[in-house]
Amino acid sequence: MSSAVPLIGDFSAQPAESLDGARIGVVTFPGTLDDGDAARAVRLGGGTPVSLWHADQSLHGVDAVVLPGGFSYGDYLRAGAIARFAPVMETLIKEAGAAATSSAPLPVLGICNGFQILTEAHLLPGSMIKNDHLKFICAEQALRVENTQTAWTSQFTQDEIIAIPLKNQDGQYVASAEELERLEGEGRVVFRYMGANPNGSRNNIAGISNEAGNVVGLMPHPEHAIEAGYGPDDATGMRSGTDGLTLFTSVISSLAGGSQ
Amino acid sequence: MPRIIVEVMPKPEILDPQGKAIVSAMPHLGFTSFSTVRQGKRFELAVDGEVTEETLESARSAAAEMLSNPVIEDVVSVRVEEDPS
Repeated sequence: MSSAVPLIGDFSAQPAESLDGARIGVVTFPGTLDDGDAARAVRLGGGTPVSLWHADQSLHGVDAVVLPGGFSYGDYLRAGAIARFAPVMETLIKEAGAAATSSAPLPVLGICNGFQILTEAHLLPGSMIKNDHLKFICAEQALRVENTQTAWTSQFTQDEIIAIPLKNQDGQYVASAEELERLEGEGRVVFRYMGANPNGSRNNIAGISNEAGNVVGLMPHPEHAIEAGYGPDDATGMRSGTDGLTLFTSVISSLAGGSQ
Repeated sequence: MPRIIVEVMPKPEILDPQGKAIVSAMPHLGFTSFSTVRQGKRFELAVDGEVTEETLESARSAAAEMLSNPVIEDVVSVRVEEDPS
């Protein structure tokens, strides 16, 4: 059996000319589903995607990492709980948590299962439990961008309303009252659900960041809204929404030092 | 072979959506005596040979650091169960 991961689109063949050479790792765990889409989003955002393997401790010198969605290790034990102990996470936790080290902390984006892995790894506070209505949800979800100071949201405008797909079973964000107060007080709620709360998440929270703003997790899927023809409906037409691409262009621009 | 039993329950203040679904289905089957149901997890850790204080301590660590998530769950008990046979 080939160890090559089947991926949508030919992004891996040529490390060729990206806008600024930003190399963004996309981790594949057993049970990861959205690594191909995440890699494609990196490429369309102007970066060079680099496939990272869960059993490999090395991050291969990437400039940022995406933990994509799926059901790592079947979500046995708890969603994201086993993936948190994968060898690749040991290095990632060190480099992402690194206020202590001299180098700049590694930008990390966790999407859906990736967000669950980040909470299990204690890089982000709180946890996800089953949706309050107990059903799998798949919908185009409106979000408000509440923090544009993170590595992954710098190119949004404050309070911008975006639409990206939401699809999960364990998407209800919970945290202690004190933790929620701290997150709100420090402006670390990055994305908030608009309209009816889709899963019972506390304070309508869809995404949060760590204190430094380099680690962001969100339940909805920006990597599924990056290319006209495949995203959510928007004002310009059916399936035209590309709001998710801005997370990827934001991190590439942050890495290039152009924070605009 | 002795086993160490670890029981984990969702924290009381965390809504347990699964337990809630179960309790609301019970009256349909005629079980009307129960006002709440909460669903937890039981882990059985088999030990080769004796359960020492060391293995028990190791089980307690596993329960706290891996088998439960302290944000949403409590470790209710870690205890030794002898094989009945």
